[in-house]
Amino acid sequence: MDLEYTAEERAFRDEVRNFLRKELPDDIAAKVAAGKELAKADMERWHAMLNARGWLAATWPQEHGGPGWSAVQRHIFSEECALHDAPRLVPFGLTMLGPVVIRFGTQAQKQEILPRILDGRDWWCQGFSEPDAGSDLASLRTRAVRDGDVYVVNGQKTWTTLGQHANRIFCLVRTSTEGNPQAGISFLLIDLDTPGVEVRPIRLIDGGCEVNEVFFTDVGVPASNLVGEENQGWTIAKYLLTHERTNIAGIGFSTKDLARYHALAATMRRDGRRLSENPLYAARAAELEADLEALRITNLRLLATARDGAAAGIGSSLLKIKGTQIRQDLQSLFRSVLGPLAAPDANGLADAELAVPADAARAAAAYFNHRKLSIFGGSNEIQRNIVAKQLFGD
Amino acid sequence: MDFTLSEERRLLSESLRRYFSDNYDLARRNAHANGAPYHAASVWSDLAGLGVMGGFVSEADGGFGGGAAVVAVIFEEIGRALCAEPLLGTLMGVRLLAGFGRHDLVEAIVSGESRAALAVVEPQVACNLDAIEAQARQAGDGWLLSGRKSAVYGAPGADLLLVAARSEAGIGLFLVRDAELAATSMIDGGGVADIVMEGLPAECLAADALPAIDDVLDLGRIALGAEAVGAMDRLIEMTIDYVRQRRQFGRALSSFQELRHRVVDMVMELEQCRSIIIRAAASFGTPDQARHAAMAKNLIGRMGPRIAEEAIQLHGGIGMTWEYPVSHYAKRLVMIDHQLGDRHDHALRLAAMPRGAEAA
Ligand SMILES: Cc1cc2nc3c(=O)[nH]c(=O)nc-3n(C[C@H](O)[C@H](O)[C@H](O)COP(=O)(O)OP(=O)(O)OC[C@H]3O[C@@H](n4cnc5c(N)ncnc54)[C@H](O)[C@@H]3O)c2cc1C
Repeated sequence: MDLEYTAEERAFRDEVRNFLRKELPDDIAAKVAAGKELAKADMERWHAMLNARGWLAATWPQEHGGPGWSAVQRHIFSEECALHDAPRLVPFGLTMLGPVVIRFGTQAQKQEILPRILDGRDWWCQGFSEPDAGSDLASLRTRAVRDGDVYVVNGQKTWTTLGQHANRIFCLVRTSTEGNPQAGISFLLIDLDTPGVEVRPIRLIDGGCEVNEVFFTDVGVPASNLVGEENQGWTIAKYLLTHERTNIAGIGFSTKDLARYHALAATMRRDGRRLSENPLYAARAAELEADLEALRITNLRLLATARDGAAAGIGSSLLKIKGTQIRQDLQSLFRSVLGPLAAPDANGLADAELAVPADAARAAAAYFNHRKLSIFGGSNEIQRNIVAKQLFGD
Repeated sequence: MDFTLSEERRLLSESLRRYFSDNYDLARRNAHANGAPYHAASVWSDLAGLGVMGGFVSEADGGFGGGAAVVAVIFEEIGRALCAEPLLGTLMGVRLLAGFGRHDLVEAIVSGESRAALAVVEPQVACNLDAIEAQARQAGDGWLLSGRKSAVYGAPGADLLLVAARSEAGIGLFLVRDAELAATSMIDGGGVADIVMEGLPAECLAADALPAIDDVLDLGRIALGAEAVGAMDRLIEMTIDYVRQRRQFGRALSSFQELRHRVVDMVMELEQCRSIIIRAAASFGTPDQARHAAMAKNLIGRMGPRIAEEAIQLHGGIGMTWEYPVSHYAKRLVMIDHQLGDRHDHALRLAAMPRGAEAA
């Protein structure tokens, strides 16, 4: 057994590190470190820099513009990005739609869609969830009715992350009500500037607006925007959702947050002593460190299986549950270091007026925002149901 | 043994509940809570009219209450309604003013004309009065304060600011009438201020006020705990309603046993919290006061955020939204943990205290 990266993997890690140290713009990294909202232009700038290096679409095969990395390399890359405060890549085009088009798309779709994801001309968002179809996606009702060479779409999507920045959305739509609910679903691509589409922001618990509702009223969509066969959408969605997600455990984010926690606890004094010397805080941080180290190894064990070509099985569910728990616990610890000082809304007070380090001011908002991690991407309860089904064979 | 509320307290709680349900919905609450002046003058005077501030002090001081049990009854309703009015600072302030014989000011608070806030917290001091760094020095007839107070709940718009600061005589309490404030709202919508003091003129209420402040902080902890119980109670009610009505996979969410069990755990923890508040309120003014207040604040600090997290999770995406009340109750419960010392602070205090009578 060898728990270390190979020499090649270590060399790859150094290459990634050097790139990040040299190329990642300071202003963007500072925003990420402070937990501030990134502007659309910030994300586009970073995507363009990675694209220029050929590192943007980590999960795509080389013939379509991917870097040809192994699962371990992809893991190293995302870990290093998080450690250097690089922005999270917007996943909808890169890790969701891209692989779907490569696997199920026509030649024409591949030629049209993939380059536009890479060079940033298209910003995709994901239109799966509906008000009455959350965990139970198969009950979705947005209708697409074929009329000659267009589909006429009516219905509503919700929780569309960053839809306000997007120009295109990939949707699951109902094309048939025959048979079981999964059977009549299709995978359709829709331009958001088509007449009849309306995008409305939803304000979240922390006051920000990262998700949206999308309404479709008699929206005409060219039939050539169908991916795969009509009524094959469920298979495609399952492929998209279970498609290997290298970063699902968020090891890099947690590692960075733990380091940030230690730095803050060492400087913050409360009631006459440093927070780092408070035994309860020290014990909680130590336990989280143990949890994270174990998860790091679990993640590598699963990656090694993937490298050997075996299916990830229940592994990605376990990584999702534990990884999001640890990220939430870390946010909770970080918030509690600041106590009431974490709370002032950083948008309301000028940084200079805050009595706390600027990169910590948003700790309370971030803690509440991170509650989403156990709800989306298949809630943690749904992940447990998936694992239980495997274990009990029913 | 009798855990029923006295007739008088039951009436108080019912009239408050009726007032809030008729007059105070989430839209109104949020409109007041998140922007200056962070409260509503009309709600404040209505509450004074209903006897809320009168419940904070005894008859001798011009009120009708003063016991911790009455305070807990009031704050539980405040919590259920998610009322954002800055009552905690006024509770602690009016008690201190009464204790130091300032009956003129007490009267103005009881009638609703004045509002008080208590400034203990500093950027590096959460709840331990011994660690206070703000300084007070005598200058002529008056006093001058220097140092910084942070996240003072209820300070924006309060006309009576009570500041704890250190002088040669120990930790004193000082009255400031008009300080310059950097006001903002906390993530839970409550108005707070940082107060940067550089020779700020103040009146000395007591040069050594340590026992009095300690005492009033314990009462504040009981009030916060009761507020949390009210908020948790309402949050659990909303969660039960939601999972019964929300359907996924062709069934009500409440038919999934895993979710039912989690609601059961929430209810169990709520009842534990309710009990510890009853315990702490009954101990107020006895030798066990500090111990039971610390226990209450620790337990509430552990369970409030957990119940808030569970309520969000069981609601799914809708629980994450600003539009839906769950998120605002959750934010309040989390911030209650941070006020007047959090669960860690109180666990450490408790561990350092002599055990109760049974251990002696
Ligand atoms: C911030 C955020 C961003 C999102 N971004 C997107 C996006 O870009 N595109 C998109 O399509 N969707 C997105 N989603 C939607 C997300 O995938 C759904 O919120 C999620 O699937 C849960 O659905 P729901 O909110 O309807 O909750 P519900 O399905 O109503 O679930 C409520 C609760 O019940 C539990 N539950 C449900 N069924 C079961 C069961 N069978 N057994 C046990 N427990 C169960 C759930 O786990 C949850 O705790 C986003 C959500 C959020 C909060």
